[in-house]
Amino acid sequence: MATTTSPARATKARSTTIALKLVMAVTGIIFALFVLAHMYGNLKLLAGESAYNTYAEHLRTIGEPMLPHRGFLTLMEVVLLLALGAHVYAAFTLWGRARGARTQRYAVKKAVAQSFSSKWMRWGGVFLLLFIIWHLIEFTIVKVNVGGQSVAGDNPYQLVVDSFQVWWLTIIYVVAMLALYLHLAHGVFSATQTVGWTGNAAAYRRAQVTGHVMAAVVVVGFLIPPLAILFGLVK
Amino acid sequence: MDITLKVWRQTGPDDKGGLVTYDVPDISPDMSFLEMLDVLNERLNDEGKEPIAFDSDCREGICGMCGLMISGEAHGPERTTTCQLHMRSFADGDTITVEPWRADPFPVIKDLVVDRSAFDRIIQAGGFITVNTGAAPDAHATPVPKANAERAFVAAECIGCGACVAACPNASGMLFMGAKVTHLAELPQGQPERMSRVVSMVAQHDAEGFGGCTNIGECTAACPKEIPQDVISTLNRDLRSALRHQS
Repeated sequence: MATTTSPARATKARSTTIALKLVMAVTGIIFALFVLAHMYGNLKLLAGESAYNTYAEHLRTIGEPMLPHRGFLTLMEVVLLLALGAHVYAAFTLWGRARGARTQRYAVKKAVAQSFSSKWMRWGGVFLLLFIIWHLIEFTIVKVNVGGQSVAGDNPYQLVVDSFQVWWLTIIYVVAMLALYLHLAHGVFSATQTVGWTGNAAAYRRAQVTGHVMAAVVVVGFLIPPLAILFGLVK
Repeated sequence: MDITLKVWRQTGPDDKGGLVTYDVPDISPDMSFLEMLDVLNERLNDEGKEPIAFDSDCREGICGMCGLMISGEAHGPERTTTCQLHMRSFADGDTITVEPWRADPFPVIKDLVVDRSAFDRIIQAGGFITVNTGAAPDAHATPVPKANAERAFVAAECIGCGACVAACPNASGMLFMGAKVTHLAELPQGQPERMSRVVSMVAQHDAEGFGGCTNIGECTAACPKEIPQDVISTLNRDLRSALRHQS
């Protein structure tokens, strides 16, 4: 039996919207793992000044002598920065596509199934981006001490404690953590769906629950140190 | 029952269009939504006015031809097609806004009628499947596990009405495409072209100008056939496999 088949059109999988979504998902998972580790590190604050400062110093010496001083940290910073760039680029590209797909809006449109977290994904993401820029300026690049007192030498513990004794700064962080909760709750689930691990109803439901559990763990963990400082439990 | 309709009127593809208000008195609660529109159209005809153009065919909820945005919900407040929606789902004195599907890949032809050829082109892009033609094979010649057969049937329920696109905040066609891809992906007959098919269909979907999926679930909530969200997961997984196997 002789059959003729025309070759599949030369379309590239990697230039599709789903490929962009995969970029969002993979970089998003990198961030989710990072915030878990970051949250764990912050909790060291509860163990006292020397434990926290030792941990901060250890971040610079991980992997020595195989890695140079600050080698692991620099590598992580580069990976995170690249991931951030890709995440933001893919997000804005997809946002633009979605806007272009419905230039004439509905006069009346109801949201039937949309969750609160999914609704705030895009603007919440923009807010988190601005927050991350401020957060890096405050604690990494410039080390602004909004508490006003000068910190003797390089003492991350004092910087953190001084900063979070300022009530309005703590409020900014609490709001940012609520935004992070929403972003993670939908993001973790959505990434699972995008990589294609939710091919049945049970797995789909599990991914949704995982998103909320992971978001809760991260956000509660992150909020403990600043609130403990604000209420004077840590000095 | 008496209702007030605000209907999108647009004389043609290039007309700007706008909402026009009509009072529709003495409607039976047992009428379907389309029958209510028929009654209004007969009156408009008698008055020498242009009747409202809308799509419909089988009127028994299986063809996927009808589809209206009714007060902000695709196919209205019930989970069914517009033709199977009855006026008893509304209250006496309600004001109902009726709009066409809104998505740039679904251009309005007239009033409430949109051109959904973009869906046909996505299906076409999927191409053929490799099976022997000729005498029909015995039904049990190619065994299919029950779970796969059932999922293929669930996906195959899609009637291509476009409610998923209409309800999606991103005007994405992923639920429709996910249903088509999953339908064949679950069956032995769909395997030979599985990877090339998903790439071609997604490329066509993007070329038509549909948005991307953000896993919000408005599509499934609007789908008269209750196509589940997990078909989009299968679509994503197949596209990811294609990424690995295609340079």
